[in-house]
Amino acid sequence: MIPFNFEYYKPKTIEEAVDLFNSLKSAGKKPVYYGGGTEIISMARVHNVHMDAVIDIKGIPECNVHEVKDGELIIGSGVTLTEIAELNFFPLLSLTIKRIADHTVQGKITLGGNLMGPIIYKEASLPLMASNSKVIIAGRNGKRKVLVRDIYDKEKGLNPCEMIVQIVVEDKFLNLPYAHVKRTKNEKIDYPLITIVGLKDEKKISFAFSGICEYPFRSPKMEDVLNNNSISVNKRIKKAITNIPGKILNDLNGSSEYRKFMLHTMLKEALLDFQEVE
Amino acid sequence: MIKIAKATVLNLHINGEYREVLVKPSDTLLYTLRNLLGLTGAKPGCENGDCGACTVLIDNRPIKSCLILTVETIGKRILTIEGLKDVPIQKSFVENWGFQCGYCTSGFLMVCHSLAQIHPNANDHTIEEWLQSNLCRCTGYEEIENAIKSILTGTVRT
Amino acid sequence: MSQIGVDTLRKEAWDKVTGAAKYNSDRLESNMLNARILTSPYAHALIKSIDTSKALKSDGVLAVITGDYLPVLTGSIIEDRPPIARDKVRYFGEPVAMVVAHSEQEVMKATKLIEVDYEPLPVVNSINQSISSQAPLIHENIGKYFCPDTTVQPRAGSNLLDHVRIRKGDMDRGWNESDIIIDLKTFLPQSDHLAMETRNAVAEILPDGRVVISTSSQAPFAVKEEISKIFGIAEGDIIVNVPYVGGAFGGKATVDLEFLAYIASRAVGGRKVRIANSREEDISSSPSKVGTESTVKMGATNEGIIKALEATYFVDCGAYAGTGPRMAKAIASDCTGPYNIENVHCDSYSVYTNHSYVTSYRGFGHVAFTFAMERAMDKLANSLNMDPLDIRMKNAISEGDTLATQAKITLSNTGDLKACILKLKESINWEEGNRIVEPNGMIRAKGIGCFWKTSNSPINAASGVAITLNSDGSINLNFGATEIGPGMKTTIAQILAEKMKMDIDNIHVFMEVDTQLSPKHWKTVASMTTFMVGNAVIKAAEDLMEQLKSLAAIVLACTPEELDVKGQRVYLKDDPDRGIQFKKLVQGYEYPGGSAIWGPIIGRGTYIMKHLVPLDLKTGKGKTGVSWTLGAQGVEIEYDPIRYTYRLLKAATAIDVGKVINPKTARGLIMGGMSMGLGLGTREEFIYSDNGMLENTSLRTYKLIHFGENPEYIVDFIETPQIDGPFGARGLAEYGILAIPGALANAISLAVGMDFDKLPISPELIWKTKTGGKYDSL
Repeated sequence: MIPFNFEYYKPKTIEEAVDLFNSLKSAGKKPVYYGGGTEIISMARVHNVHMDAVIDIKGIPECNVHEVKDGELIIGSGVTLTEIAELNFFPLLSLTIKRIADHTVQGKITLGGNLMGPIIYKEASLPLMASNSKVIIAGRNGKRKVLVRDIYDKEKGLNPCEMIVQIVVEDKFLNLPYAHVKRTKNEKIDYPLITIVGLKDEKKISFAFSGICEYPFRSPKMEDVLNNNSISVNKRIKKAITNIPGKILNDLNGSSEYRKFMLHTMLKEALLDFQEVE
Repeated sequence: MIKIAKATVLNLHINGEYREVLVKPSDTLLYTLRNLLGLTGAKPGCENGDCGACTVLIDNRPIKSCLILTVETIGKRILTIEGLKDVPIQKSFVENWGFQCGYCTSGFLMVCHSLAQIHPNANDHTIEEWLQSNLCRCTGYEEIENAIKSILTGTVRT
Repeated sequence: MSQIGVDTLRKEAWDKVTGAAKYNSDRLESNMLNARILTSPYAHALIKSIDTSKALKSDGVLAVITGDYLPVLTGSIIEDRPPIARDKVRYFGEPVAMVVAHSEQEVMKATKLIEVDYEPLPVVNSINQSISSQAPLIHENIGKYFCPDTTVQPRAGSNLLDHVRIRKGDMDRGWNESDIIIDLKTFLPQSDHLAMETRNAVAEILPDGRVVISTSSQAPFAVKEEISKIFGIAEGDIIVNVPYVGGAFGGKATVDLEFLAYIASRAVGGRKVRIANSREEDISSSPSKVGTESTVKMGATNEGIIKALEATYFVDCGAYAGTGPRMAKAIASDCTGPYNIENVHCDSYSVYTNHSYVTSYRGFGHVAFTFAMERAMDKLANSLNMDPLDIRMKNAISEGDTLATQAKITLSNTGDLKACILKLKESINWEEGNRIVEPNGMIRAKGIGCFWKTSNSPINAASGVAITLNSDGSINLNFGATEIGPGMKTTIAQILAEKMKMDIDNIHVFMEVDTQLSPKHWKTVASMTTFMVGNAVIKAAEDLMEQLKSLAAIVLACTPEELDVKGQRVYLKDDPDRGIQFKKLVQGYEYPGGSAIWGPIIGRGTYIMKHLVPLDLKTGKGKTGVSWTLGAQGVEIEYDPIRYTYRLLKAATAIDVGKVINPKTARGLIMGGMSMGLGLGTREEFIYSDNGMLENTSLRTYKLIHFGENPEYIVDFIETPQIDGPFGARGLAEYGILAIPGALANAISLAVGMDFDKLPISPELIWKTKTGGKYDSL
């Protein structure tokens, strides 16, 4: 039960959605773009979010695209995690999202929702960041394309009126060797203590992390260190950990010291997956 | 564009029938089913998507009805426990002692029924993946595992 | 065919797989109003003011109620708890106001508009803080409260609610005879029952003053009695109805939301009002499981014979007494576990803190001392270099021994512990070893523990059964135990069918409990339903058969003694072909030529606990139950020494239940108990912040075991009959939980090579214990 009323819109085109958002906003209302809605509904119940209107983007054809075309995998923001896992165009992405929430809820969460929702972990972003994937964003001034890793950037990220339409992954990344390691406090269905993904092309391994800081990230510095084959794996990992680009989480899921320890073992496993450890 | 700004009469397809019901945009499907349609088989256990007791099928797929707005189900087929008529998983739960208090049972049955339809030959890994969406506090899960496995392999264990 | 020892399908099975089963939370009627509480965000604070004006103006609101409306104090042991806080709040989640409105949405909205001004007070956030001499007083009036339980002795000017003493034997002698002394401290946090149906209640006051309450309760008769007493309403004017209950585990044995529902209805002129906890309220506002701390010192000879036990338990009752002091008493009275110890000194203290208040929880406190004792047994075995299983065999309780309360042990009132241990030895393959390093570096370890428990009921706990019959000769069975999950409605029907030698399909069970219709059953708690109602139903069957035979004797022209009953027929023992069917008798007999005699036959049977004696205040001498079901359990884990994580491989129980009535039901109950025990051992705990705020109030953060995380379960039953039990049966429903946390901690301690005396045992805790908790030390 949601303790307040709001209006529901399900537009058929991007333009309709964006115009609607702007007109509701100018009328003094607070609209939100609505994908799977799982976070919005559960937070609204306990008064943690409030809105006057939801704009359900699942009726927009572009947001439901899910295909490989012209050398690119295109996934609409309204595609559910279950659909992504079942079609399995990008195995690393499938593996990652199969560990978000639980199987039933994966049938409701959309890719756009996981990337843009208020919950900090956003694990679906990890394979997308590691593969330098891009996001097509629509707003009042039409569409633009930015790197997934930039959508959380204050400058380059989404402005309040913009919505994610699609994710674009270059197909050369889809079948690269990969690693996915997720650890929770104690059990399978939980937010990550830490999740790591790694994707290896001819030159190097790209890593993306969730659960270490308050946001998912890729760190060039950590990647450089981790790819430096001239030093031992243990040293590489230790050095990478000293280069974590933000404050390490310290909460009910685990202390920051424990996270560092866990990250160490996980990186070792990930590197082992890539046969970087003898 | 669908626009529903206030309480509106919707014609929903539930358990093979069309049902007219007055729905507010903010109503969850769980609320509509229980409070307005008297379909109380879906249970509120947490209203947060964590327990699965409210699971129903939308177009044959399990959905936690506390995490979906009723307006999102326009044009879709909703199946609740009340719409399950003598399907194998019901008998199997009875014969395998798949419940005690019974409060989580509707949700488990809906997940199991959907799994049996979509993956009739599901392996242990898939069974676990699907059934981990639901919580049971009374059993040790072994009974539920026996119940689902007995219908997937087509034989009811004794 | 016998009905005992048979896997009879549950009577309500098809209701539960079709959605037809109605729980109290399913009672949603269009004429119902909705009530909702506003809860305290502080653990300890003065309420300076409450501004309800905005909430009152909100759409659909009929009343906003604060603690000043109908100010009463409630509590079954100590009357210390206002249903809605007055003047101050004592725990995070305590109700501070209640709104009544038409719709659920309106009530949720309005609750948010109440403005409360608090003045935070210093928080008592642990047992240590509670007993410190500088502790802030949680209840200024602690010495002045009325105590319905006359044995408790709250200490004025302190946070101490009660102190139970056990003094058995001669401690000096015990220590002198001991060659070795071990000691340990344990900590078990508060946690939640987490029944899937959150607590909820509906109340209505009819124009003539009758109060009708329907609720998800384990104790409908207690609801009736306590509402009667607190609000001064004649008991006969209160009707309490309980349909199916969606799990309880002790959490629904306390009168809680029923008070609020009644107050809400009063405030709106008696209209029907529903109140239902959200999951967050169910965890934080309604009562929880106790937290406990203990210090245990145990002495033994070099041969491993225990000579002395000195134990101190502190029970964290939280902000209000709830059922805490009775559990503290249960801990003291059974504190030895199923071991023969001649010299025992135990102090069990109940203390207030600014934590969630408490009520009974599966095991009724027994998990706390079982954990301490089983850790102690392993330490003793370790110190003496003995096999943990052998040391338990050596000290196993047996006929002729006495309890800590000096009550007598018989084979009938306990069972055969040694047989249970031997069965467990076999089922967990103890012979292969209890710590095995696998070729892949993983460590497989096994821990064991023994348990026992009794009812700790009031002296006069009682049950009744009423039987009526239908014209077709079938039976209607009605008793006051609520179907909370264990299947007792079916178990009791099995006992009746066996006694009547009839087909169980012809026994129709009244699935609900209605205090106006159903004979009283004390409470559906303490694993006592099969025992108490089972004994009552046997008497009811005898009563019924006596009447049937008396009537049939007239019809068949013989004496009742010459008759027998089977297959819904009364017949002559010496000529079984000659008889008469129930259907011709049960509504009265009509002669072929006219005239009729007798009338509807009604069977009744009762049971009341026998020979219970309250504990002596100085020595703890007394008797707290009719039997102590006992057994042995084991847990096998696989420990990963690199990651400090572990997996549950097996959990096993061997329990002496006297007689198994329904094997699959019994096995299910034991497995469910083991599952909860593993929950306590691995993850379940209330986490309080430094200022006493409960931090994990949803299932997102309060984790339960999921499907697939369960180990393989092994359950074995030993059957040493309890002479006064129905067909020899002893209580069993709670028992699966009891020694599992201790056995798990023993397995982990053995695997890791460090002592784990506190629960839950998370991978992070293992890592911290093993490494000191610094990453750099890697």
